[in-house]
Amino acid sequence: MATTDLRTGGLERHGLSDQQLRDIFRNMLLQRQLDNRGFQLNRQGKVPFALGSEGHEALQAGAAMAFNRGSDILAPYYRDLGLCLGIGLSPYEIMLSIFARAEDHNGGRQFPNHYSSKQAGLMSFSSILAAHLPHAVGAAYALKYRGDDGRAVLATCGDGTTSEGEWHESMNFAAVHKLPFVMLVENNEWAISTPLEKQMAQPEIWKRAEGYGMPGCRFNGFDPIETYAAVKNAMDRARSGGGPSLIEGTCYRYLAHSTDDNDMTYRTREEVSERRKHDPVPAFEAVLLERGIVTPQDVAAMRKDVLRETNEATDAAEALPYPKAEDLYTHVYEGAWQPWQS
Amino acid sequence: MAVVSSTSSTVMNNVEAVRATLYEAMRNDDRTIILGEDVGARGNVFLITKDFIGEFGEARVIDTPIAEASIVGIAVGMAMEGLRPIAEIQFADFIYPSFNQIVGEAAKIRYRSNGEYTCPLVIRTPYGGGVRGALSHSVSIEALFYHVPGLKIVAPSFPDDVKGLLNSAIDDPDPVLFLEHKKTYRLIKGEVPDGHYTIPLGKARVRKAGAQLTVVSYGLYVHWAIEAAERLEKEGLSVEVIDLRSIRPMDKTAILDSVRKTRKLLIVHEDNKFGGVGAEIGAMVAEEALFDLDAPIRRLAAPDVPAMGYALPLEEEYMSSPAKMAETMREMVKF
Repeated sequence: MATTDLRTGGLERHGLSDQQLRDIFRNMLLQRQLDNRGFQLNRQGKVPFALGSEGHEALQAGAAMAFNRGSDILAPYYRDLGLCLGIGLSPYEIMLSIFARAEDHNGGRQFPNHYSSKQAGLMSFSSILAAHLPHAVGAAYALKYRGDDGRAVLATCGDGTTSEGEWHESMNFAAVHKLPFVMLVENNEWAISTPLEKQMAQPEIWKRAEGYGMPGCRFNGFDPIETYAAVKNAMDRARSGGGPSLIEGTCYRYLAHSTDDNDMTYRTREEVSERRKHDPVPAFEAVLLERGIVTPQDVAAMRKDVLRETNEATDAAEALPYPKAEDLYTHVYEGAWQPWQS
Repeated sequence: MAVVSSTSSTVMNNVEAVRATLYEAMRNDDRTIILGEDVGARGNVFLITKDFIGEFGEARVIDTPIAEASIVGIAVGMAMEGLRPIAEIQFADFIYPSFNQIVGEAAKIRYRSNGEYTCPLVIRTPYGGGVRGALSHSVSIEALFYHVPGLKIVAPSFPDDVKGLLNSAIDDPDPVLFLEHKKTYRLIKGEVPDGHYTIPLGKARVRKAGAQLTVVSYGLYVHWAIEAAERLEKEGLSVEVIDLRSIRPMDKTAILDSVRKTRKLLIVHEDNKFGGVGAEIGAMVAEEALFDLDAPIRRLAAPDVPAMGYALPLEEEYMSSPAKMAETMREMVKF
């Protein structure tokens, strides 16, 4: 695959229009704004918990651009804010999740960042790593079984999740049945405090693809266009009956694992600062400016717009009520819940 | 019985009843997918799905890799996406790797998505001892799962119930763990109504009426409890045997009605005694009907050891028997 050097090379656009490039950038800005808001709300004592995706913006915005809305299925994990925004979730829906309001898709039951929307093709998932991957594979089986040509399932996880048995089982089954399934690993080098070298002896995760009998590749997840190209390539292959792929995007987690984590207990400030120099948000902004795809005025207007949208979403969601206490008892089974039947 | 569309019936054993029901489900609804280890070309180790692959094809009868977590997990994904998977765990003892997929995922999908996603899934598995199955081919697993809201657990004893309850499990919009006692597979025969019918989950059945003691059981032990009760009948003692059929939801009314009539309760199950199904039934009756009782509630269950052994004396010591049951019943009636 051709590599795009964002700063010095020619911008290989892989068919993306100016508007799509601006949309990718806007998604990245929105992710960062919403991330910051989640952490702010936590520090203000308004919400008990927040997770950040900083460092994943380019990867997720690029990947989302390769997702066909209304057709493909997404089986994300909890650090996929940008992907979920990119496939159609609104900032308002994100804030409903953060505030655990009754209007949230899951009724305020799940942790923040555990988005779900049947309408958007976004599968419900838990916090148990890799547990969602067999579900994604089962959904891919259903697509193939029904002959839903042109549809595919995009599943994501972090590097740590590739240690789970269900990660392996899912890859194996998807390959045996040549399913329309793409495994996108967002390798940010850290699984809470466990670094890559303690997680695996072979740190090039994509190389496992050959062992399962599917193609694989690694791409620079700091580059949204390279990400788009890799995900599009794999999704097109899946949609056209070519079977599954394992693709690995390299990125970095700038923030702690969550608001409950202090990353300075296991990695140095210097390491994070060094990685910040490659921050994908200003890097992509520079490329777009350099290529004349946006003007500084455009960028200023986008930042203002994203802040306004975040503020409105925050205010709207915060003003809504929590679920009612009696909502605890609904949706255990279809119909009324009863441990004993009378 | 809820719906019986035919007055004719066929004599079959439990394994034939499972097979006939699965066959009908596959024929009637092409959303139905069977997946598990060796379910295809071999037709499962008990030959339940023999020849299915020829008739329904490899896409609907899936010989899976040997990976139980994903057998259930993939079935969960199929169910979330609109298929009606019937996953098989070859022996209940092999279900542990899929524990999280059943308890942490399948049972919680409706709840955690506020009803947006559902998981209409059946997990079938043979369980139970008395077949020289030793540690890894003889366990009872119900107590590990019946603690879990969001999951239904069914354990039929008779072939007519096998068919009606399995049909209900397949129709059910929520995940159902369907436990088939492997010793009853070929041992137990009975009339099975022809045609499609269902038996509602959560309804027990009085298999033998009696006046002096209520015995509640499920699975193989229902048959032994009936045998024991019939022995006592010859001694002039009258015992009522309730076949739970569904472990969750459980039929409170049937248990309480019977206990209030006989005033004595014995719960008999093959699983370990500590924290078993009997403990829950005992607690419920103590809460609801303590002053209707004329004797302490008793449980006859497996000793608290990890498993029955392969050697015959170890298996026999672990399991109950009609003789052991009759002895306990006699003591209780005469209390």
